[in-house]
Amino acid sequence: MSQTPETNRPVKRSEVSKLRWTWQEMKNNKTAYFMLAPFFLLFIIFTILPVLLSMILSLTDFNMLEMPNWLGISNFIRLFLNDDIFLLACQNTLIFAAITGPVSYLLSLLIAWFINELPPKLRSVVTLIFYAPSISGQVYLIWKTLFSSDSYGWANATLMDLGIISEPILWFQNADYVMPLCIVVALWTSLGTAFLSFIAGFQTIDRSMYEAAAVDGIKNRWQELWYITLPTMRPQLMFGAVLAITNSFGFGAVVDALCGFPSVDYAAHTIMHHLNDYGGQRYEIGYASAIAVVLFVIMYSCNVIIKKALSKVGE
Amino acid sequence: MSKKLRTRGHRVVLNRSAGGDTGITILLTIMGLFMFIPMYYVVIQSLKPLDELFMFPPKFYVMSPTFENFSDLFTLMSDSWVPFSRYIFNTVFITICGTLGNLIFASMAAYSLAKLRFPGRNAIFQLIVASLMFHSTVNQVTHFIILSAFGWIDTYLSIIVPSMATTIGLYLMKQFMETSVPDTVLESARLDGASEFRTYLIIAMPMVKPAWLTLIIECFKTLWNSGSSIYIHSEELKTFNYAIQQIVSGGIARSGAGAAATVVMMLVPILVFVLNQSQIIETMGSSGMKD
Repeated sequence: MSQTPETNRPVKRSEVSKLRWTWQEMKNNKTAYFMLAPFFLLFIIFTILPVLLSMILSLTDFNMLEMPNWLGISNFIRLFLNDDIFLLACQNTLIFAAITGPVSYLLSLLIAWFINELPPKLRSVVTLIFYAPSISGQVYLIWKTLFSSDSYGWANATLMDLGIISEPILWFQNADYVMPLCIVVALWTSLGTAFLSFIAGFQTIDRSMYEAAAVDGIKNRWQELWYITLPTMRPQLMFGAVLAITNSFGFGAVVDALCGFPSVDYAAHTIMHHLNDYGGQRYEIGYASAIAVVLFVIMYSCNVIIKKALSKVGE
Repeated sequence: MSKKLRTRGHRVVLNRSAGGDTGITILLTIMGLFMFIPMYYVVIQSLKPLDELFMFPPKFYVMSPTFENFSDLFTLMSDSWVPFSRYIFNTVFITICGTLGNLIFASMAAYSLAKLRFPGRNAIFQLIVASLMFHSTVNQVTHFIILSAFGWIDTYLSIIVPSMATTIGLYLMKQFMETSVPDTVLESARLDGASEFRTYLIIAMPMVKPAWLTLIIECFKTLWNSGSSIYIHSEELKTFNYAIQQIVSGGIARSGAGAAATVVMMLVPILVFVLNQSQIIETMGSSGMKD
């Protein structure tokens, strides 16, 4: 090591003031900071700074061209009182997230649980079948073919063949169908990292725990799941929940690709789209930042609430 | 408890009922079909000759399979304004640079957070965990401002550099290092006079190969599947995925070629996953989040 033995000597905490102790520790661990620095610098610039910048700009009328004026909270007042489309977007986002988040979470958990008892070879194949849609990128565009607006689409063809409808339905151009279809497709692509984490979680549980539980009078697999498996897997459940919540707010790209932007009658218009609209197209950056801040607050509070709820599992 | 335990050999037979097993099998099959059929249908579509693509009602099998759509795709490629090879190059280039950078930076940071004790370590890790809680698109407007301050708009850098600081890979690698790299091994390397960086590179990194692969697939899937971006305007810098979207939205006449392009595109990440599945699952074993 390049450091001299003297600086490397661990300093007793009581010997010096807290500030000096910290400074000494920091000097002793220079390498740690050097190794962390490249990543952390990029992380600050591209993740933390944007959040802070949004918060500041949300209080101004910045438009990329002129010097921004301070507006106080009037962007937020405009959002909640004068922007009907934003309220619609809020409603859609919450419906979308309230369905895709929990459903994809429970599906991941349930399927991981089911396939846990399969023999290893079969388990890998089944894992692949469920996981593949989430890594295959734009393969979800096939839903546009399955539900295409002419009679060559599978859905229309089947319904017409059965005589239920006589004219093809314009699935992705119909305000009644857009939202449910987008939810189905979003769910189809949602068995991702959290799903793999659950599979791994089930595998790490020691079989002897189940045997001991059987001796202790656990009667069926549901009790086993609730009293033994889930509490043991709580860290994975937390991780999966965070990912599920984050993703449930991030399906904007799927909606865009399927329905175009803006969607018909704003039927699948989410906060993310509203943000794009003002930020990416109208260049009302101040207003767009206010939208981003609202979305940020919603995502973050969802996470806090869900984490609280999950700590009760198995009690 | 008065309940008698069934045993087979020396093992306790667990609480499993035949009814439950059947129910689960049926449920799993239904959900499996829901997941599988669209994937299967893409492949089938890509193998259908033109007349079968426009058959009513559409069939879930192909009568005379052909690779016409794939050769059509190549004709389309050579006709387009920007050569298609350019789109493919862009995707491959962005993916390799971004993934490699993420692997190097994130693994160094993960080692530091998992195995070294220094002031601020917990706070930094908490910040990284918090970043997992919001979707990055929420930042895209201010992200745009920052990128344009650097003058990176409409360059590869606008995609590559931010992706190097993706946090999910770092998170998974840090958790995995904590459980699978024993401190004693690192300690003896240090006693032998290895510098901290050498210890990381020679001792810790080879022990966490499963975590590399996981980080690689996490970063790879995002970059490989990146489509149109608000940071890129020039046609010749756009990705293959963007090109596919253009083909598919080109209407019904292109649906064969579109399916062929989708198949080409999805085969790569699926292959990467299949080859590394067991290691990825191993890494995920330590993915848990303590509250």
